[in-house]
Amino acid sequence: MNAPLTAADGESLKVKLARERRNKQLKAIALVAPLALFLLLTFLVPIAMLLKRSVDNPEVITYLPQTSAEIASWDRRGLPSEAVFAAMARDLTVAKEQKTVSEISKRLNMDISGFRSLIQRSARKMPLEVAAGESVRDQFIAMDERWGDPDHWHVIAKNAKSWTPYYLYSSLDLRETKAGTPELAPEEERAFLSIFGRTLWMSMWITLISVLLGYPIAYWLANLPARKSNLLMILVLLPFWTSVLVRVASWIVLLQQEGLINSALMGLGIIGEPLQLAFNRTGVYIAMVHILLPFVILPAYSVMKSIPPTYMRAAISLGDHPFAAFWKIYFPQTVAGVAAGALLVFIMCMGYYITPALLGGPQEQMVSYYVAFYTNVTINWGMAAALGSLLLVATMTLYAVYSKLVGANKLSLG
Amino acid sequence: MLPNYASPIERIWFWTFRILCVSVLIFLVSPLLVIIPLSFSDNTFLLYPIENFSLRWYQEFFGNEVWLNSLKNSFIVAPAATLLAMVLGSLAAVGLSSSNFPGKALLMSILISPMVVPVVIVGVGSYLFFAPLGLTNSYLGLILVHTALGVPFVVITVSATLGNFNVNLIKASANLGANPLTTYRRIVFPLIAPGVISGGLFAFATSFDEVVVTLFLAGPEQSTLPRQMFGGIKENISPAIAAAATVLILFSIALLLTLEWLRGRAEKMRTAVEH
Repeated sequence: MNAPLTAADGESLKVKLARERRNKQLKAIALVAPLALFLLLTFLVPIAMLLKRSVDNPEVITYLPQTSAEIASWDRRGLPSEAVFAAMARDLTVAKEQKTVSEISKRLNMDISGFRSLIQRSARKMPLEVAAGESVRDQFIAMDERWGDPDHWHVIAKNAKSWTPYYLYSSLDLRETKAGTPELAPEEERAFLSIFGRTLWMSMWITLISVLLGYPIAYWLANLPARKSNLLMILVLLPFWTSVLVRVASWIVLLQQEGLINSALMGLGIIGEPLQLAFNRTGVYIAMVHILLPFVILPAYSVMKSIPPTYMRAAISLGDHPFAAFWKIYFPQTVAGVAAGALLVFIMCMGYYITPALLGGPQEQMVSYYVAFYTNVTINWGMAAALGSLLLVATMTLYAVYSKLVGANKLSLG
Repeated sequence: MLPNYASPIERIWFWTFRILCVSVLIFLVSPLLVIIPLSFSDNTFLLYPIENFSLRWYQEFFGNEVWLNSLKNSFIVAPAATLLAMVLGSLAAVGLSSSNFPGKALLMSILISPMVVPVVIVGVGSYLFFAPLGLTNSYLGLILVHTALGVPFVVITVSATLGNFNVNLIKASANLGANPLTTYRRIVFPLIAPGVISGGLFAFATSFDEVVVTLFLAGPEQSTLPRQMFGGIKENISPAIAAAATVLILFSIALLLTLEWLRGRAEKMRTAVEH
């Protein structure tokens, strides 16, 4: 009685089923593979390069190779040995010929300001003419006494490896002590913690306002007769489909000093002089809420559509006040869906660039802006990559929470 | 509707709620309504009231080499990216829904992630990767990244369509003597086509509205319409932008109508098949 079940050809049914299932899996994987490979090359590898760039430290080991090798054996007490100075003289001579001095000096200047001029001035005097018996070290110190300062050599030693926590530390307003541990930078040098804080703070407000305005709309649309709600839904979907740039341009027209809103308010005599609405935080909040509102309304609407209206009627007919019925019966069923939409809005907000860049002042720029700034304006790839990496970590953490809560495939598109 | 026996508080609440909702809807559409008339103004500034109407800004838009070039670029990049996204995304969605395999949920999360990763990061990363390969300042680089940004939408919509798909239909078709190809052509494709197309519309809109990656990757030769608008708004906002905006609004109305039509059609088809 215990003989395994077999298929018509005598093979074990279990084996056959397992093979069938494996075949199906392979076929599925073969279908997904092209996209996975495509995204690997156009999306994941670029992001990995950005992450790598945030700890990349090529300048010193590339352009001061001999010094880097020699300084490794320095005991970090007093000044480095004669051999290190000699290596530095040779490296600077090569750097002068190959015109790479500025690369070195730019990097070292990040750690000690004034290092740029020290390197550039010294490189100009290369090659050194050292008579027999003379010390290269003494010549260097005679050239500029800062070469006799161990701190400068500490910086070179610290950067004589291919990676550095410098950019990541700087992005968090930290700096490396001589012992190699991070410490908070002095107050007047801090900048980025407040930018991260601002990014989170603004995203939180924008999300909150979007939920407060979006929830009633979704509720209203979900409880209207289908004909009417479909018609009004167009008013939500049309802005959703309209280019963000079109909307930002319109908000500038509406909010600027001589804009419609100001002239209407002045015409009505409500205000005496125009309000500053654009190019400050008010403008950014208004435009961002406008952009993100549909992302709250659409998922909330689809959740509310799935709640049978009979629940509320039952609660009311059993004696609940309509408000109480809403609060106890209806609202709890919508929390999960609305929270998911809100989380998505928050994630999108954190990475926003265009709206603050066009409608905000300097005080409204979020992390994304500084990533672009370091890329395009100062061309400091390390800082751009480090800020980008931290932003990415924050976004991905929230996205992981979202996927866990909702499931990535449940992202609603209205 | 408000019943006759409603208490005064309920009445006040009802009307407050109505007014709130209507004002939010007005808030949503007003920016679109405000900019359209300005594109017909002959004033050099984007200001109301409009004194004289003219088409000069449309002449400026359609007669200007730079604007036309950017429009052309948008119509090169967006359709190419959309097509690529539709093919890759649909295949992947079919694979994902046809079988369970280890790591499927994680894979799905990764395939969707271009939707949530801040675009600035995608822009800088792809610049770092593409510059040594010679793919910056090229259509190809732009198309590839725009495809990556648009593909999650196709995966999501096609997956959703396949979720509603009744597998018994394939069996029934085979049972009635159709070979797999005929089954695919006559049964499967017509049913998932709306999902593929609406995903494609999302992908198209994504590429067509994309600025940030374009800022990093494209040279002046590849500047797209949104990129041109971004520059225009940043420098000095002229009514030519209102004309461009009006063109784009008409375009989004067309996209929206297509999508709604597809949705209606899919709904009809599904109910027709099931009953």
